[in-house]
Amino acid sequence: MKVLTGMLTRLGRASLFLGKVMAGIPQLFLRFGLVVKQVYSVGVQTLFITLVAGLFVGMVLALQLYYTLSTFGATDTLGMLVDLSLVRELGPVVAALLFAGRAGSALTAEIGLMKATEQLSGLEMMAVDPVERIIAPRFLAGVISMPLLAAMFSAIGILGAYSVGVDLLGVDAGAFWSQIQAKVDFYEDVLNGVIKSFVFGCIVSWIAVFEGYDCIPTSEGVARATTRTVVYSSLAVLAMDFVLTAIMYN
Amino acid sequence: MSDPLVQIHDLHFSRGDKKIFDGIDMEIRSGRITAVMGPSGTGKTTLLKLIGGQLKPDAGEIIVDGQNVHQLKRADLYRLRKKMGMLFQSGALLTDLSVFENIAYPLREHTNLNDALIRNMVLLKLQAVGLSAAHGLMPAELSGGMARRVALARALALDPMMIMYDEPFTGQDPISLGVLVKLIRETNQALKLTSILVSHDVAETLSIADDVKIISEGKVVADGTRDDIVQSESPWVRQFIDGEADGPVPFHYPGASIEQQLLQGVA
Ligand SMILES: Nc1ncnc2c1ncn2[C@@H]1O[C@H](COP(=O)(O)OP(=O)(O)OP(=O)(O)O)[C@@H](O)[C@H]1O
Ligand SMILES: [Mg+2]
Repeated sequence: MKVLTGMLTRLGRASLFLGKVMAGIPQLFLRFGLVVKQVYSVGVQTLFITLVAGLFVGMVLALQLYYTLSTFGATDTLGMLVDLSLVRELGPVVAALLFAGRAGSALTAEIGLMKATEQLSGLEMMAVDPVERIIAPRFLAGVISMPLLAAMFSAIGILGAYSVGVDLLGVDAGAFWSQIQAKVDFYEDVLNGVIKSFVFGCIVSWIAVFEGYDCIPTSEGVARATTRTVVYSSLAVLAMDFVLTAIMYN
Repeated sequence: MSDPLVQIHDLHFSRGDKKIFDGIDMEIRSGRITAVMGPSGTGKTTLLKLIGGQLKPDAGEIIVDGQNVHQLKRADLYRLRKKMGMLFQSGALLTDLSVFENIAYPLREHTNLNDALIRNMVLLKLQAVGLSAAHGLMPAELSGGMARRVALARALALDPMMIMYDEPFTGQDPISLGVLVKLIRETNQALKLTSILVSHDVAETLSIADDVKIISEGKVVADGTRDDIVQSESPWVRQFIDGEADGPVPFHYPGASIEQQLLQGVA
């Protein structure tokens, strides 16, 4: 019971905090440089791991599917199947998990350390609202970066599948692309994937900035908060993925 | 006699079960340097944070420049804070900005000055703390004492009406210590500032303070002008100023005595 009320009050605090962060976002259009800087450190620095992971996931998918499909003589549909898996599920979900591990943890640690070293208090005493100047740009950068990263994950995954399927296993290149073109629907598949990754971006960034801002301002407190960010956001992404999939493709 | 800039009435504040302030009354007069002294852990930093509106008292009120800090709306509180500079014990510099950008930060946030003017102002502030040549360094490349001087330059950047110094002298070599003492006194006179100075360095503090408050165990135990304090017969004051371990001010954190703890053995 006590654990439950503890969790609920924390959730309440996190929601109030999210409200404050949202209220700070309109201000950012005047200072978009702050956001661009954060998109670099949040997004661009996660790009490498996302691309490498996307490439391998695409290649493995192609291998696995090729052997199954070849027993039905349906290897022409390889491209389409890989594309659907990536765009609908794996792109948004795996990219979000990687994002939580790479960018989310870094965000929490950075904000937590700023709190522990009194940088946030220092800003407050300079009459600068740290939620507006420090938190909101980081949150927004996460929300912007996530769909882009997921898209790049899927894109390079398809190229990986192409190199394995077409170059290595001998699937017809024309069939690979034309099946994708014919069967993958923009609204049904691509747009839904983008919506998913947008939602995941919001969730992971929210958890990351809140954990940092709310942490106990000591080395141990920051370490715990960082771990919590990765654990909570991974679980939240997986649970949310189930909900969204159920709604979108009931 | 000048008017009080800060008035504290019957201030109560606790951290968890620990009472930090148990009914404190204090007046900080404007245009003067007021030293707040007391043993480590009595709540001097906490007091500054209460005055700056970062912490909320359990009871009592703090009035700064005629405004009750804890009843102000956010926008008004921020307006008031622009007139209060604070030098944090740790410096609290933004670690992702250079020394120059750290001092320029409040100017960029709160003024519309052009870059050339900001540059001149920042360099002058840095010159005053002897670090104008260090403007390109990052905070991680500074020593603790240098970081505190940069933080002082930043606190002065907006030319506030009042400045709160939390342990400005800690970690300074004798030369920069002398410079800082002089700087604090001169800025206070030249800019007609009001300064609140928290420090353990009795000699330096007494050399520049106009008024002195000593707090211990949640109470103000001595309050007067520097001369009152220096000549005071009170055992509280004498112990603190002469630095003796025995006396009414406890040196040990309250709780079980060492004999009791040793006899208990390993828990
Ligand atoms: N965040 C916190 N949570 C709980 N207790 C705290 C916190 N910060 C400070 N305290 C407690 O409040 C008391 C006063 O702390 P404060 O930092 O104001 O002391 P101080 O007088 O500035 O000491 P020093 O001279 O060593 O800087 C201490 O006993 C400390 O244990
Ligand atoms: Mg202190």
